[in-house]
Amino acid sequence: MSQTVIVDYNSGNLHSAHKAFVKLGEKVANSEIKLTSDPDIVAKADRIVLPGVGSFRDCRFALAERGLDEAIISAVNGRGIPFFGICVGMQLMASIGYEHGRTEGFNWVPGEVKPLKRQYKEMKIPHMGWNELNDVSEHPIFSGVEEGTDVYFVHSYQLEAENDAHCIASTDYGGRITAAVGFENRVGLQFHPEKSQSAGLQIIANFLAWKPN
Amino acid sequence: MLKIRIIPCLDVKDGRVVKGVNFVGLRDAGDPVEAAIRYDAEGADELCFLDISASRENRRTLFDLVSRTAECCFMPLTVGGGVRGEKDVEALLRAGADKVSFNTAAVHDIRCVEHSANRFGNQCIVVAIDAKSVGPSEWQIYTHGGSQATGIDAVKFARQAEESGAGEILLTSMDSDGTQTGFDLELTRTIAETVTIPVIASGGVGQLQHLVEGVTLGKASAVLAASIFHFGTYSIQEAKQFMADAGVSVRIT
Repeated sequence: MSQTVIVDYNSGNLHSAHKAFVKLGEKVANSEIKLTSDPDIVAKADRIVLPGVGSFRDCRFALAERGLDEAIISAVNGRGIPFFGICVGMQLMASIGYEHGRTEGFNWVPGEVKPLKRQYKEMKIPHMGWNELNDVSEHPIFSGVEEGTDVYFVHSYQLEAENDAHCIASTDYGGRITAAVGFENRVGLQFHPEKSQSAGLQIIANFLAWKPN
Repeated sequence: MLKIRIIPCLDVKDGRVVKGVNFVGLRDAGDPVEAAIRYDAEGADELCFLDISASRENRRTLFDLVSRTAECCFMPLTVGGGVRGEKDVEALLRAGADKVSFNTAAVHDIRCVEHSANRFGNQCIVVAIDAKSVGPSEWQIYTHGGSQATGIDAVKFARQAEESGAGEILLTSMDSDGTQTGFDLELTRTIAETVTIPVIASGGVGQLQHLVEGVTLGKASAVLAASIFHFGTYSIQEAKQFMADAGVSVRIT
């Protein structure tokens, strides 16, 4: 049985993500789901899930404090295991984030994480609620997920990727926004699959079954 | 395009739905988890539990039901009622809530919102405002289910909630609540146009047209209702179809 690790760095609400993975782990992929803050366990994982709640800076520092950033980077870069970032966990894949000051990310997806801009008076921030997935790519993570499917977003910052090929799905909120990024064995979602009902569960199941080349 | 959210709210006391829900085929009309599963299947965009348990001891039943709900409903879940500070927020998030709503505690000391937002992120902190009309275009905050006046201006307080880091405002008109005559649209619009965070309109829904008005006239980002859904008057699907036909952007599942 393989082990999928959900990285717990005490930022708060990892529990709904954990429950969604547990529901699918054994059923879909014969994968044990483990919530951990132990860098040794993370370093040996077969798959890594990085949820994120709070600011880019807080998440980055909380990971560094526990040696989790190095464990993640060595497993993902060194052994090429599949990585799944959610929300701020996805944003951390960028080069730099500007939430609560300038902070370096993992630099897997060249680009910057910047605040959403209010494009019209009624535009609410955070971008909160169900919005459509557009430009859904052929990526295995989106197998069975149709263009235009609604998924649940909650965020005030967004990842602006330098290379458009890294953006594997977008959404529209006062303009085109990155909804998902993909690069080799790494994927990241700005939205919350664990709160996106059947479409979200499909994406999680796809990740658990994903064998990147 | 971002969809307008439709949020059924369940009033819960000692782990049971107050007054029960009236769905065909439910084994236990008083079990909030069964009701949550039904709303999930019907395509509700979020769920809200409001705990009105009288005693602190009975809150353990709330944690249990939040946890059971989170195991089977993969949609955003807001929990409110009796939330006093960071510890309560943490316990509810740990149980599986996605957002936690402050009410009386925030009125007494807004810093509980600030501390919780800093620690857990703005997106999971909701401030519930219960407002009552006290004059033309003037509303005050009431606590304890609308029975205690605070003298605090609702619009000013909404701004303060936003500045303190709330990610959303759940706005209930104490004048409309329970009347089934529709939202207080002027109150809703005034608050929605004052803050830049999303506002959920609540209190007074008796017909589907009221949901539409909350959005088109009240400028709310989401609409919350309890009795019209619980008593089976309308399903979530019917509500969404009605809103879609009226030109409101909703998620049809």
